[in-house]
Amino acid sequence: MSEILADRRYSKDHEWVMLRDGKAYIGISDYAQDSLGEIVYVDLPQVGDHLAEGDDFCNIESVKAASPIINPLEGDVVEVNKSLEKNPENLNKDCYGNHLYALSGYSQKAFDALLDSKAYEAYVKTL
Amino acid sequence: MVVYPYIPHTDEDREMMMQAIGIQSLEELYGDLGEDILLSDSVPISQGRSEDEVIRMVESIANRNERGIPFLGSGCYDHIIPSTVDAIASLPSFVTSYTPYQAEMSQGMLQVIYEFQSMICQLTGMDVSNASMYDGANALVEAANICVSFARGKHEVLVSPTIHPFALKVLQTWALGTEHRLVMLPEKNGVCDTSALGGMLGGNVGGVLVQSPNRYGFLEDYTGLSDIIHASGALLCVSADPMSLGMQKSQREWGADIAVGDTQPFGIPLSFGGPGCGYLAVVEPLLRKMPGRIVGATTDGKGNRGFVLTMQAREQHIKRERATSNICTNNSLAALMTTVYLSSVGWLGVKEAAHQCYVKSHYLEENLITLGGVELAWEQPFWCEFPLRFHDTKKMRKFIQELRNEHLFAGVRLQALTRCNEDELVLLVAVTEKRSREEIENYLAGARRVLR
Repeated sequence: MSEILADRRYSKDHEWVMLRDGKAYIGISDYAQDSLGEIVYVDLPQVGDHLAEGDDFCNIESVKAASPIINPLEGDVVEVNKSLEKNPENLNKDCYGNHLYALSGYSQKAFDALLDSKAYEAYVKTL
Repeated sequence: MVVYPYIPHTDEDREMMMQAIGIQSLEELYGDLGEDILLSDSVPISQGRSEDEVIRMVESIANRNERGIPFLGSGCYDHIIPSTVDAIASLPSFVTSYTPYQAEMSQGMLQVIYEFQSMICQLTGMDVSNASMYDGANALVEAANICVSFARGKHEVLVSPTIHPFALKVLQTWALGTEHRLVMLPEKNGVCDTSALGGMLGGNVGGVLVQSPNRYGFLEDYTGLSDIIHASGALLCVSADPMSLGMQKSQREWGADIAVGDTQPFGIPLSFGGPGCGYLAVVEPLLRKMPGRIVGATTDGKGNRGFVLTMQAREQHIKRERATSNICTNNSLAALMTTVYLSSVGWLGVKEAAHQCYVKSHYLEENLITLGGVELAWEQPFWCEFPLRFHDTKKMRKFIQELRNEHLFAGVRLQALTRCNEDELVLLVAVTEKRSREEIENYLAGARRVLR
């Protein structure tokens, strides 16, 4: 059963978004890390990049697949999780405690339009 | 009863098979096709010949080839090939095998490729090599691919005007119809002019492609080049004849990020121009951008060393349209020949061969110049190949014909490669370690008869 935390919102592409200190933190859900399998490499965007909604400048490589991360919220990259460079498997171990990157300049409206945990749970059940 | 050595089915075999699947004739297998598609007349080809007849026929065609001692280069060189190469490369399990898809079952092939990769890294000084590309031109294009995909917003590649004309054509094919742009650097005195490079680099430029020895055989000086290129956020790719690395600086020593070339000089015969075998090696940060197959060494569950195809998430059968390139195969048999060659002659052999190429070509060049009527097209250092400029085309044609009468192929006419009128007086002459003193003296004797 896929774990879904109630303290954040989700996209249909299985990313989670959490607001903290004026930044939007982006990561992947339990469903995503489980589907990917053993993650071996994370290709993160660079600080300073401007990401539009739907951009796929972050890529995750597992033993069996290479998956783009569909950016759920427009904004500017102000932080990337460097620990994933050396330890990409952290995403498998703790997907909610490890963000990929954080954005500033996002729109609250766009955030509110994302799925809350209940809606995401219902969505995952249909897959 | 007709028996074909390559089609082992007898009439009895066919009967048995037809009975097993319940048909009366082979035509029934095409029963789903409409009458209008099926051929009603018999196909107008002959009955076919026996193996012996085919061999005679092919031999008579081959005998129409003109044989001669080649002083020909331009990317395809007549080097000494020890008999070990053919002895191993003609083993059926190597000759008939295709790219191993259940790769780990073919440990022997994977080991060969791993050794090939290791040798390429040792030669070029780079960190990682792939399992080979189709040929040098293909490898150069893949380097261009890396230059436009290693970072966002890069779609321009600066290209030296002295790379092999055919490699340039292949690059142009690659760029055609895409958003990638090739920008040619200027040429000066037979070498790439890098003095204005600083002003040409910038945000959109992903990389610079150069070649040494260049299309004329000249060695180019890339001192300081990588610093300028790296400062602008671009990559440096140096293409080099791998045997020349026995004498000139390795790509790593020039500060290159990508090393490419063709390993034809190592154990692959001329074969009327192909196949070649491309090599592509990079510095570690570019590992995930490298196309093609990569073999890695690891240990199995019992702790034994084994080989695998690794880093496969790069390749297009997994990354699809997001992969750097569409290539997901290599040139195994040619790479095997190169690996056997290098194993047989060793580093000392490569250095010795490279040295002899240098000494012999300079001996020929010096003695030709003293005859008068020809000179070096530009005063630049060369390794085994040099551009000879004549004063008029009539003399040049006579020169080539005179040597041809002695069964010597004098050189490659530059104009044949570039199709430029201004190149019509230049002949590219290559002298490898294989050229004997007698062959070189015969060349000079013929030259003397024409030029004096």
